[in-house]
This record gives sequence, structure tokens and C-alpha cells, in this order.
Amino acid sequence: MPQFVELKNLEGERSEFRRRTAIAGIFVLVLFGLLLARFVFLQVMKHEYYYTQAEANRISLVPIVPNRGLILDRHGTVLAHNFTAYTLEINPTVVRDLDATIESLSQLIEIAPKDRRRFKRLLDESRKLGAIPIRTRLSEDEIARFAANRYRFPGVEINARLFRRYPNGTLASHVVGYIGRINQKDMETLEADGRLSNYRGSEHIGKTGLEQMYERELHGTTGMEQVEVDSGGRAVRTLSRTPPVSGNNLQLHLDLRLQEAAETAFGGRRGALVAIDPSTGGVLAFVSKPGFDPNLFIDGIDPPTWNELNTHPDRPMVNRALSGQYPPGSTYKPFMALAALELGKRTPQYAINDPGFFTLPGNSHQYRDWKPGGHGSVNLHQSIVISCDTYYYQLAFDLGIDTISNFMRQFGFGARTGLDLEGEAIGINPSQEWKQRRFRQKWYVGDTISIGIGQGYNVMTLMQMANATAIIANKGTVWRPRLVNLIQDATSRAQRAVLAQPLRRIDFKPESWALVQAAMVGVTTPGGTGHRAFADAKYIVGGKTGTSQVVAIKQGQKYDASRLDERHRDHALFIAYAPADNPTIALAVLVENAGGGGANAAPLARTVIDFFLFGKPVTPIDAPAMPGAAASGATSNGGASAERD
Amino acid sequence: MRNVIETLWRKGTAHIDVPLLIAVCLLLVTGMVTLYSASNQSFDRMETKLFNIGVAFAVMWVVANTPMSQVIRLAMPAYLAALALLVAVALVGDVRNGARRWLDLGVLSLQPSELMKIALPLALAWYFDRYESTLRLRNFVIAAALFVLPVLLILRQPDLGTALLIASSGCFVLFLAGLPWKIIFALGAAGVAALPLAWSVMHDYQRTRVMILLDPSQDPLGAGYHTIQSTIAVGSGGWFGKGWLQGTQTHLDFLPERTTDFIFAVYSEEFGLLGNAMLLLMFLLVIARGLVITLDAPTVFTRLVAGSVTLTFATYAFVNMGMVSGILPVVGVPLPLISYGGTALVSAFFGFGLLMSISTNRKLIKS
Repeated sequence: MPQFVELKNLEGERSEFRRRTAIAGIFVLVLFGLLLARFVFLQVMKHEYYYTQAEANRISLVPIVPNRGLILDRHGTVLAHNFTAYTLEINPTVVRDLDATIESLSQLIEIAPKDRRRFKRLLDESRKLGAIPIRTRLSEDEIARFAANRYRFPGVEINARLFRRYPNGTLASHVVGYIGRINQKDMETLEADGRLSNYRGSEHIGKTGLEQMYERELHGTTGMEQVEVDSGGRAVRTLSRTPPVSGNNLQLHLDLRLQEAAETAFGGRRGALVAIDPSTGGVLAFVSKPGFDPNLFIDGIDPPTWNELNTHPDRPMVNRALSGQYPPGSTYKPFMALAALELGKRTPQYAINDPGFFTLPGNSHQYRDWKPGGHGSVNLHQSIVISCDTYYYQLAFDLGIDTISNFMRQFGFGARTGLDLEGEAIGINPSQEWKQRRFRQKWYVGDTISIGIGQGYNVMTLMQMANATAIIANKGTVWRPRLVNLIQDATSRAQRAVLAQPLRRIDFKPESWALVQAAMVGVTTPGGTGHRAFADAKYIVGGKTGTSQVVAIKQGQKYDASRLDERHRDHALFIAYAPADNPTIALAVLVENAGGGGANAAPLARTVIDFFLFGKPVTPIDAPAMPGAAASGATSNGGASAERD
Repeated sequence: MRNVIETLWRKGTAHIDVPLLIAVCLLLVTGMVTLYSASNQSFDRMETKLFNIGVAFAVMWVVANTPMSQVIRLAMPAYLAALALLVAVALVGDVRNGARRWLDLGVLSLQPSELMKIALPLALAWYFDRYESTLRLRNFVIAAALFVLPVLLILRQPDLGTALLIASSGCFVLFLAGLPWKIIFALGAAGVAALPLAWSVMHDYQRTRVMILLDPSQDPLGAGYHTIQSTIAVGSGGWFGKGWLQGTQTHLDFLPERTTDFIFAVYSEEFGLLGNAMLLLMFLLVIARGLVITLDAPTVFTRLVAGSVTLTFATYAFVNMGMVSGILPVVGVPLPLISYGGTALVSAFFGFGLLMSISTNRKLIKS
């Protein structure tokens, strides 16, 4: 190895050493240069990124949930409000054995099976890694007991939370609706609307009724607290605070006392009632019976109760006034009469001779009047007062279905009224085109006949009926009905009206309105089908009875309520407005499977109008009367049977 | 009287290398300032560190005043003692944090690998000094064996960081002693080829550290946490830093081990790129002075010792800052003179003592 020999030259070795030292020095410089380059990269080029990361590390945004707005009736009576209560909450990400923890908690604090079921349900649909309540509304005693044992339960905590309460229980439950815990679907909706950030920290959202419809007003704006936290997540200090803005209060047109009077009058019966102020479109009472207790839903309803509410044959969760669709029966007749007058098909004087049935030319099928043997000579006024079917069979035949359909559209039939609640049904205002579209079938003349008395394909909601009645009462002004009157800023108390603009005017001849109104007054005076309910009334009222057929009666058979299954019996209907000369209330009421409208629905209307005009106390009417012969319209028509929604 | 003091002063400072001392003191002051912030203004920590500095200065002074002719005689015995202790650790050592590194001697516990850090370069330098005139390839093989043995023992503890650093200090000696370039390149190539093999014998946690280096986000709350948080601290410092005592990563407890191995992140967050550049410069001052002493060293032994001490110091600084800024895996290497911790400080000053002894003895010879 020759080079080693050379290296033994001391001077050569020395210079080689110097060279190598220099190389090492350069190597060190290169490494330090590398470090410097790394620092420049991190501290200059990526500085913004890392600075943001450091800020995100230290700053935590803590949402402050706003107070939800109140819901008040027209006199300021509370329908929905908030209170603070203590809840026992479990953080499932911290607690490993949930069952064991709940078990030992239950030794300290009473935990009902209902609470456990609800907890399980909330756990399943939990949207984030937060604490889930196992018990709400803890007593002072329970709080103290837990506090003394808290060291045994890491991940279990007591929190003060705002709760919603509906102090009136089932009263007006279909109007107020309820709030419930935010679920995945709500999250998606909120995200699509760009509102999700305002729900940081919110546990609840309006699910039905006004709580849902006015969610944007009621929720308020979530406040934010910027907190500096250390690596353990402990708050070190508050950096800034944006206070929450409470949600707005809703003041309704609805009068809770009137609502109570109406609901009490229903007693245990199923049905619906809508009362409107015909001069504003404001809804004064809105009943769907049976109702439900909205308080059950707030913390998440437990599954058995939920199932019971949904499978109960009385269907308490269905809003009958808004989504229930019923044939209007004879309450349709005043509108038919208006069509006859306005379209020039009938003069007031024109009278038919009613033999008790109607037949189409060249056909033997009999469309029967509710009164066997007929009413004899009947003009337009009498046709409403005594609810003559034959008059309207003939009228419908003479008008033809498309003329009727076009005319009725003016009253909002077949279209939503636009009430400020979700879930409004459209109803059906049938026409040739509608039948073709719906059944791919031709319209038969026979289909038209029963339309004249509000049967057949014709269905509508109570909301539509009440609104149309208001149009007769105010002679042609069509309102978009409104539950909410004012929206009130919770802090400044500034009020903003939910302006009810008339949607349109219906310009009929004044005589047409006058004739039909007079006939409707005739209904509630002696000789009319609804007079018994309004005996001794201290005001004049316009009304119309109706009986809405649930099942078709075969040709030649007689309607016999006692032989029918209870749920196949006719619905009792009544529409009314009062006082007749200057109406301040217009309403429609339906009692399911109660029979004739004059005997079974008109008394409810009387109760509500009495209370509205005089504040008269109410006596409940519990016994459902048998379907009376005084009511109109149990007829065979061979058409589609009207099923309850 | 004045003469007596003057004489004492002259005698006491005769073996002090002033340029090196100044550079070292700059780093110590920087370290104290940073420690004050990193420890959340703990005076306890400051006092302890001051005490350690005192001890370290004493060690340095003693070593500086020891002629290298005596040091060379102790080199091999020290090496053998350290090796024996390493063997003892392997047999009866205490296991702490999953690694067998400590030897319990009753009154004090000891990490023999720390002793080896000093003993190995000395022993190698002694060996090359001894065979100076007859250096052959065989000598390099034997020298390699001298340092491979302790490195393997330390690797088994396991302590990858220390093993690599001791190995590198041995390599520096071999390099400076004139290991032929051919062999250096051949070993380099073989080393790269052996990487997969090394991977296969590594412990899981060591592999994890390497993987985390490549992608810290793999395990942001576990093994990657250190790197992520220290990188954030460094990067968020920007040009001028957040200011002394103002580092949020530091004071809100996001930085782990911020007084010891990760103290550079604290410094970097609070003093920024400008501060980092100054710190690099301070380290370079020490290294430059060390290399100058190396170049001027009179004998093979002193040259190799001075070179190895200097380059090892540089390596420590580079590895620590590289680890904190996320370009090297997390190995337990403190930042010399800055990190809190007595052992590392004393062994660094032991090295400075050697440098000073070499430098001043040469001057004395010259004068």
C-alpha cells in the first residue's frame, strides 16, 4: 500500500490533517446552512401557516347560546318560555362503561327507565362528541348528593341549561309545536342554509308548529367567547366576548282563552276548528283535537311514548286543521250559490220543484236529496237555509265541472292558504284536467253532480274552509291567514308587524254577497238547519251546516249511523261568521264521525262565537249526539268516498 | 498583597482560552434567558442551572490546567472503565422508561454512556497517537473495533441517539486521523446499502420516530406531537419572534420538554429567525475557535482530541436544532449549553477544558 508510506511523511500528514479539518469545518458550515434554510422556510415562508396553527392551539371559541324567543298570545299570555335547570350529563367519549356508570349514578340520583331509554336514543343520534343528559331538572338535594360523589364519576357533570317549557300542555299544541334536539337532518338543512355556525352550542331546534316556522326569529344569534386555553384545554383567560342576541318574541293573533274555550267544547271528540278575524286574516283560534303535550319532546321523547303517540287510533300528532282533508259537504253550497248568481245561471227568484232526487237526462240513477220526498219548491235562498241537495245537483250539472273549478279557485280551494305553519295540505278542487292527471281518466258528467253538494272528489282543509268563510263575511277580501301578529325584539322591545296584505279582491255584485249572506243568516234562524244551536243568540250569525260523508252509501240503501263502524260515520261540519252585519270572527269547525253538522258541529261554533263576543263561560259538550235528520246531505252519489286524511 | 492577587490571577487564568470563553459565555447567557422563559420564570431552575454552570466551570478549569501529557495516560484506563460500566449496565442496569441506561451505585446513579462520550475520543486519539509513525489500515480496523464495541452496547440499551453521537465522535477521530478516502466512500456506500438491514433490527419505537419524522401528522397526539408542536413554535416565531416570555406555545404548555431537549423551540418562538441566526453564529464562534485550536494543536493526540471535541459539539447542536425544527427524528439530544441538565453541561465543559488545555499548553510551549 504505497500511499501509506507517503503518509508517514510527517509534513504530508500534517497538511492532510489541515485539509481534513478544513473539510470538517466546511461540512459544519453546510449543516448550519441547512438549519438556517429550514428556519427561513418555517419562519418566513410558512410563517403565516404556523402562526395560524399556534393561534388555533391557544384560542378556543366557546359559543354562548342565546335565549329563545317567547311565544305569546294576543293578550301576552305565555305559550312557550324558557327556564334554567340543572342537568346531569355524561360525556360518552370519557366514560368507558356507560351502563356501569349509569348504574352507580342511579344509586345516588333517581334515574327512571324512561331516562335511560331517552339517553340511549340521544346517544344513537348524537351529532357530536359532547355530553348527553341522563337526568334533567335536578333538585337541590340531588345536586348536593352528586357533588359530594363527583370524584367517583369522571366524565359526568352537572350543567345549568336553558329549557323550553310549554306551560299550557296540550292546549294549542298544534299551533305552538315543539323544539327537539338537533339531529343529522337538521344539521344538513342548517348547513345548506349557511346557518350552521349560528347553532354552535345550540342543542335544540324548532321541529313543528310555530317553533319550526319561526325558527329564524326565535333562535337568536349565538354569542362567542374567545378563550385562551392551555394544552389541557383549561381556560386561562377570556380574550373577547360577543354577547348573544336573544331570539325575538312572537305575539300571536290567537286568543288563548278562546282557544281554551274551543278545545274544552270539543271535550274528548276528534276534530278541528279554525277561527279567523275576517278583517285581518289573523287566526283567533286554531284547534286540532286531540293534541299532545309538547313538553314531552324537548329533551328527546322516550320511544314507547313516541310510538304510542304515533300509533294511537286518534292520531294526536296529525294537525287536522291544516293537513286533514275533508269533503266540505253542504258547507260548499253558499259558494255554489255565489257561482250561480255571478255566472248568471240562476236568478234569486228561480225555483226548482224538488221531488227528493235528481236524475241525469236519459239515466235512471237517482241522486237523492237528504230529505226523502223532497222539499217541494226551492229557490236560491231556501236552498241554503234548508240545504236542499237537488237544487245543487241541477246547478252543478248546469255549470259544468270546469266552470265550477275555475270559480272556486277564487276562494282558494285547491291551493294553500299560506298560513304561517308547515304542513298545509292543498286539498282538491277537481276539474277535467285534474282527473286526467290524477287518474288518467275522463271526467264523467256523473262526477259533476255530487260536487254540487261538496262531495265526490272535492276535499279541503279546515283552514281553507275558514278562510273561504271569512271571504264571504268580508265580501270578497282574500287574506293570507296569519298566526303571528307581531315580532318583538327581546331587548329593545321594538315591534314589527307581520303585515297581512290582502292577497286579492273578489269583485262580485253586492247583491250576490247580500243574497248569500242573508241565506246563511237564515240557516241560524228558525227554519234553518242550524237554528237550534243559535237559539237565543244575542247577535245575528251567518252559517252553514255540512255533513261530510266518509263512506259511500250504495244505491237504494239508507244511511244508518248505528250500523256503521264509528270511524265510518259522517263528519259534522259547520261554517259561520258573526256578527252578521259587521263580522269580527269567521270560523269552520269539524267533528270527526259525529254525524250531522247542525246538531254536532254548530253548537261548537256557538260556544266559540259566544265566548269571542261576550267572554261567556263554557260548558263542555261531551256526549256526541247521534247524527240528526236535521242535517243535510247523507246522499248516495256513487262517486269516490271521502276518506279522512 | 497586590502582587499575590496578581500572581494568583495570572496562574488561575493562565490556562483559560479567552476567545472560547467569551463564545461559551454568550451561549450560557442565551441559555439562562431562554430557561427563565421556558421554566415559566422559575428561579429554582435558574439557581440549579447556575449551580451546574459553577460545577462545569470548575471541571473545565481543572481539565484546562491538566497537561495533555497526563490526559493521554488516563485515556485508555478511562475508556476501559467506561466500557466495563457499560457491560455492567447491560447486565444489572436499572430500567427506566423502557431502557436500561442507568447504573445504580448506591449513592448516585450513573449513565455510563455519558462517560463513554468523553472516553471514546480520548482512547481513539491515544491509539492513533501511539501508532502515529506506523499507521496502517490494520490500525484503522482496530480503532473501529474500539468504538464499535461501546456503540453496540449503547444501542442495546437501547439509546439510538447517544449511540449515533458516540459513533460520530469516533468517526471524526478516524476521519481526522487520515482514514483513506476510498474507505470512507466505500463505508458510506455500504451504510446506505445497509439501511434496510438497520430498519429490520430497529425497535418499534425507533421506527415510529423515523416514520413520524417523515409524516408527523400520522400521529398528531402521540409520537408526532413533539415534532408538530415544536415546528409550530418555530414557524410561528416569524422574523423577530413573539418576544421574550410571550411565546404562546411555550407558556400555554403546548411544547413538551421545553426546558430540556426542546428548549430551542422556546427560543425560536420568542426570538424568531433573527434570534436563530444569532444563535447559529454563537455556536459557529465556539466551533470556529475549536477548529483553530485543532489546527494549531502540537501532537496527534491533541489534534484528534480537539477536532473530535469540536465536531461532536457541532453535531449535538445540529442534531438538536434539526430535531426541534423537524428535519431529524426525535432523539434525546440536548442543545449544548442551552438545555437544562447538569450532565450534558459538565461533559461539554470537560471538552472545553480539553480544548483550553491544548490551546494554552501550546502557547506556553511557544512562549
